[in-house]
Amino acid sequence: MEIYLPVADLPVNVFLILGMGLTVGFISGMFGIGGGFLMTPLLIFVGIQPAVAVATVASHVAASSFSGAISYWRRRALDLALALMLLIGGTAGTVAGIWLFTKLRELGQLDITIGLSYVILLGSVGGLMVAESLRSIARARSGAKVELRRPGSHTWVHGLPLKMRFKQSRLYVSAIPVWGVGFIIGFVGAIMGIGGGFMLVPMLIYLLRVPTSVVIGTSMVVTLVTMAFATVLHAATNHLVDAVLALILMLGGVVGAQFGARAGQRMPADRLRLLLGILVLAVGLRFAYDLVVAPTERFTIRVMESGS
Amino acid sequence: MRNLGALIATLAWLASGPAAAERIVSSLSVHQVLIDQSFSGLDLVLFGTVERDAATVTRKTPYDLAVTVTGPRQSFVVRRKERMVGIWVNADSRSFIEVPTYLAALATRPFNTFASPELEQRLQLGLRNILLPQQIGPDLADVVRDDPFRVAFVRLRAQRGLYVEQTSAVTFLTPQLFRATIPLPAEVPVGAYEIDIKLFADGAMIARSSSAFEVIKVGFEQFVANSAQHHGLLYGLATAAMALMTGWLASIVFRRD
Repeated sequence: MEIYLPVADLPVNVFLILGMGLTVGFISGMFGIGGGFLMTPLLIFVGIQPAVAVATVASHVAASSFSGAISYWRRRALDLALALMLLIGGTAGTVAGIWLFTKLRELGQLDITIGLSYVILLGSVGGLMVAESLRSIARARSGAKVELRRPGSHTWVHGLPLKMRFKQSRLYVSAIPVWGVGFIIGFVGAIMGIGGGFMLVPMLIYLLRVPTSVVIGTSMVVTLVTMAFATVLHAATNHLVDAVLALILMLGGVVGAQFGARAGQRMPADRLRLLLGILVLAVGLRFAYDLVVAPTERFTIRVMESGS
Repeated sequence: MRNLGALIATLAWLASGPAAAERIVSSLSVHQVLIDQSFSGLDLVLFGTVERDAATVTRKTPYDLAVTVTGPRQSFVVRRKERMVGIWVNADSRSFIEVPTYLAALATRPFNTFASPELEQRLQLGLRNILLPQQIGPDLADVVRDDPFRVAFVRLRAQRGLYVEQTSAVTFLTPQLFRATIPLPAEVPVGAYEIDIKLFADGAMIARSSSAFEVIKVGFEQFVANSAQHHGLLYGLATAAMALMTGWLASIVFRRD
C-alpha cells in the first residue's frame, strides 16, 4: 500500500516503513537507545532526502523512548535527578553542535564530517563495548565473581568537586563529569542528527559507574527530552518534519520498543552489552566502507538553500 | 512614395503571413495535477492538431514536433567526490542556478533527424541543448555539453525520472492530429509547468505554441504541507505531542502488570 508523504514529497510503502519502525523500535527498547543512528540511514536508503530523514527521525525516537521510559518508570528503574543534570549539559552541547553544523555546511564538508564521526565514534564505542563484555563473559564463565562496581574502584572522575548524591543510582559523584557527558552527547547528537543513546549508555556505565539497572531508563528520559525538543526545533526552523512519515514510524516504533524492552530485561547484562557493541561496531564499519571504497556514483545533488 | 509602397507590401505580408503558415492548436488531458494521499505519478496527455488553410504551402516532409516541458525552477549544488588520504571526500562543486526541477524533452523522432545541429542548439532541443546556467565566478553561463558536472546533473535527475528525453513520446495519429505523453513521476515537484510546442518541416521551425499546467497538493496533503511551511512551531509542537501520545498509548496497551 503506497501513501504519499506531504513534506518528503514522495510516495512510500506503508508496510515497509511500519516494518522499519518496528525493527528499530525493538532494538531501541532492548538497549535503551534512540535508534536514530539506524533509522536515519535506512530512510535515506529508501529515498527520503537526508534533511527530512534526520528531522523526522527525531520525532520517532521521541515516541519510542517515551513508551520505553514509561515502562522503566513503573519499575522505578530510572534516575530522574541524573537525567536532569545530563540534560543541563546536553542543552549547552546541542547549542555548540548546531553552531558547528552550520559552519561545516557552509564549507560543504558536512557529509565527510558526519561520515568520519560515525566511523570514529561508532567504531571506538562499539569496539570497547565488545571487548569489555567479552572479558566479563569470560570471567563469569571461569567462575570468578564479576563485580562491575567494586566499592573501592573509584577513578579520577570521582575525585572532582561539586559532589552530588543521586539516590536512585546509589551514586555520589561530582556534577562536572555528569554535565560533561551530557555536553558531549548533545554536541555529537546535533552534528550527527542522532539522540546519542548508544554513546550515553556506555558512558554512564563505564565513566560514571551508574548501575546497569537504571542506565537504560535514564538514557531513555534524556533521549526523549532532547528528541522532542529537536522535533520542535527542526519543524520551526527548517520545516522538514514529515508528520505522516513520523506517525507511521512511531506506530511501528512504540510497539517494537515494548517487545524490545521485555526481551532486554530477560537477557544477562553482559550479553546485552556485547550485542549492542556488535551492532554499533557494524554500523561504524558500514560507514568506514563507504568512505574507503570507491563510490559507484561520485556526484551528489543538493538543493541550494534560498538564503545562500 | 517608395516608403508607402514598402508599407503596403509589409502590411500585405503581415496579413497573409499567419494565414499561410500552420497553426498549432492543443489541449491537455488535465490542467491541474492534484497530489493526494494515493498519488504515485501520472502520464499527462497533450493532444492537438496542426491547422492549415487553403493558402498554406505544401511541405516536402511530414511534420515533426518537439515538446519541451519545464517545471518550477530551483538552484542546485552538484558535488564530486575525490580520493584524499585514502578516503572519499567532496572535493569539487558546481552551482546550477535557477534550473528546472522537472524537464521533459519529447519529440516525434530523434532531434537530429529533423533539425540541424545549429537549429538544435539555438532552439534548445533535447536535454543536451537546454540551457542549464552554472555560477562561474561572478557570471552565469552554461558550459560545454560534455562538462562532467552538467552530464552528472542531468544523469542524476534522469535516474529519478525528473529529467526525461523521449524521442518517441509524440505521435501523429493522422498527418495533422498529434498526441504527446508527458510522464510525471511520483516525486514531481509542486508548482507551475510550461509546455513549449515547436513544429518542424523541411528542416525549419514553422510554428510554435505554448501551454501550461500546474501541480498542486490537495486535501490532507495540502493541509500538512501548508502547516509545516507556514506554522512551523505549532506544527512541531503538534508532532512532538503526537509522539508522546503514541508512546503513552503503546505503554497503556502493552501494560502487563
